Amino acid sequence: MKAGGNLEKILEKGEFAVTGELGPPKGNDIEVVKKKAEMLRGNVDAINVTDNQTAIVRMSSITAGALLVQMELEPVMQMVCRDRNRIAMQSDIFGATALGIKNMLCLSGDHQSFGNQINSKNVFDIDSIQMLSMVKRMRDEKKILDVDEEIEGEIKIFIGAAANPFAEPFEFRPLRLAKKVEAGVDFIQTQCIYDMKLFKEWMKAIRDMGLHEKCHILAGVTPLKSVGMAKYMAKNVAGIIIPDEIIGRMAKAPKGKKAEEGIKICCEQIDELREIDGVHGIHLMAIEWEHRVSEIVEAAKLLPRPTP
Amino acid sequence: MIVAERKPYEEIKEMLSGYKNILIVGCGTCVSVCMSGGEKEVGILASELRMSSKTDGKDWEIEEATIERQCDREYIEPLKDKVEKADVILSMGCGVGVQFISEVFPAKIVLPALNTEFYGATISEGVWAERCGGCGNCILHLTGGICPVARCSKSLFNGPCGGSNKGKCEINPEVDCAWQLIYDRLKALGQLDKLKEIIPPRNWSSSRDGGPRKIIREDLKL
Repeated sequence: MKAGGNLEKILEKGEFAVTGELGPPKGNDIEVVKKKAEMLRGNVDAINVTDNQTAIVRMSSITAGALLVQMELEPVMQMVCRDRNRIAMQSDIFGATALGIKNMLCLSGDHQSFGNQINSKNVFDIDSIQMLSMVKRMRDEKKILDVDEEIEGEIKIFIGAAANPFAEPFEFRPLRLAKKVEAGVDFIQTQCIYDMKLFKEWMKAIRDMGLHEKCHILAGVTPLKSVGMAKYMAKNVAGIIIPDEIIGRMAKAPKGKKAEEGIKICCEQIDELREIDGVHGIHLMAIEWEHRVSEIVEAAKLLPRPTP
Repeated sequence: MIVAERKPYEEIKEMLSGYKNILIVGCGTCVSVCMSGGEKEVGILASELRMSSKTDGKDWEIEEATIERQCDREYIEPLKDKVEKADVILSMGCGVGVQFISEVFPAKIVLPALNTEFYGATISEGVWAERCGGCGNCILHLTGGICPVARCSKSLFNGPCGGSNKGKCEINPEVDCAWQLIYDRLKALGQLDKLKEIIPPRNWSSSRDGGPRKIIREDLKL
């Protein structure tokens, strides 16, 4: 075991894992974290805590993650390269693991121009692949970057990263995953999947390279709440492809039943994803829809969650 | 070249309030080529200021001079007579020029008329774009001659982030994704293998992060 957390145990046992996502509050209101977390309890194996996602200032992922640990829930702490240099990253990883966080996700991070601090300076001292190898070194060699001195303590962390099969250049994407595997990734969460054909092609390339045996791939899904959301995401969110057929289904659904249709589509996607060789779980990103997660995982026949 | 843009006229006017004898100094190198601070632009700004002087009752006396380079003492020193008569110098050079004129004439106030932007090239008439970040440790041989430090919005070293969209960057559909360019170029050159290697965390001490930089060439020192 690398960190001995819930997510790692489930994946190592070969069970189909489910991770969820929690966006920390735009402030210090602990109740927001608690309320969202309770909605996810029992429905997912681990909860991603986003790190100032879309560059909107929120409670830090370490703090919100530590609150989940106190609640006996398992966080996946996201960490982006945008806001921290290698000094701050390594220091925060010391701190996060000291507080009982056992999983992390190494990300580039959305550019600050998307958020509410557009005048800020960004960091990008190291990139997400360099971060993966840095964290692996901290865990496996007990050393920080470039320094031979042994770390005081042990960094037990299960290391994740993202993959986006839907961003161009498509042909490079499997190669990029291969680099993440080489850098030491344990699990991968993909961007939201709507274009199943493209995802299957990507998975085939991944299998052909044998990468599915070197890391656990969790397929990303996001239930659509409305036609507006579908159209907005298709048009404005870089790296997301929503086929017209799905937008059409959302449009055709009767008024007042749009959300149900979105959940139905999501469950069908989960069914299909479970059948794909090399997919070891799903990452359910129900954005500001935590209260519908139990309904989704139940309808997708993902309950009860295994106890590792 | 160093690419710069003239500051908004109102900002320049505001900077000059309270002065009478103004010497505008242009630079004959980069900023002449990018048409922001050469002889012609000095003439335009001088005319604008003379007009304002009349209409706004500013009582400005405007003198013009454009030298070969504002980053070499030998070209700045001959300005001595004009500088002595001026209350203030308005440099139309890059940030280097502004500072170097004041180093040569420490008693004088030197103001910037330009915003210095980047190291770039002329893409087409009236269009300039950034190409180099001046990071002090060139890796263009690894990336198909396209710089991820200067041209990727996140300065990534190991491939495109998830925000690359139809060849464009997530920050703006007008901005090319540097990693798409790198991928396409290496593919065309038959060098895609280069992308398989992980580029390790970089030593930024050769960049601005290591503190202000200076090069000393012993073989050239007098």
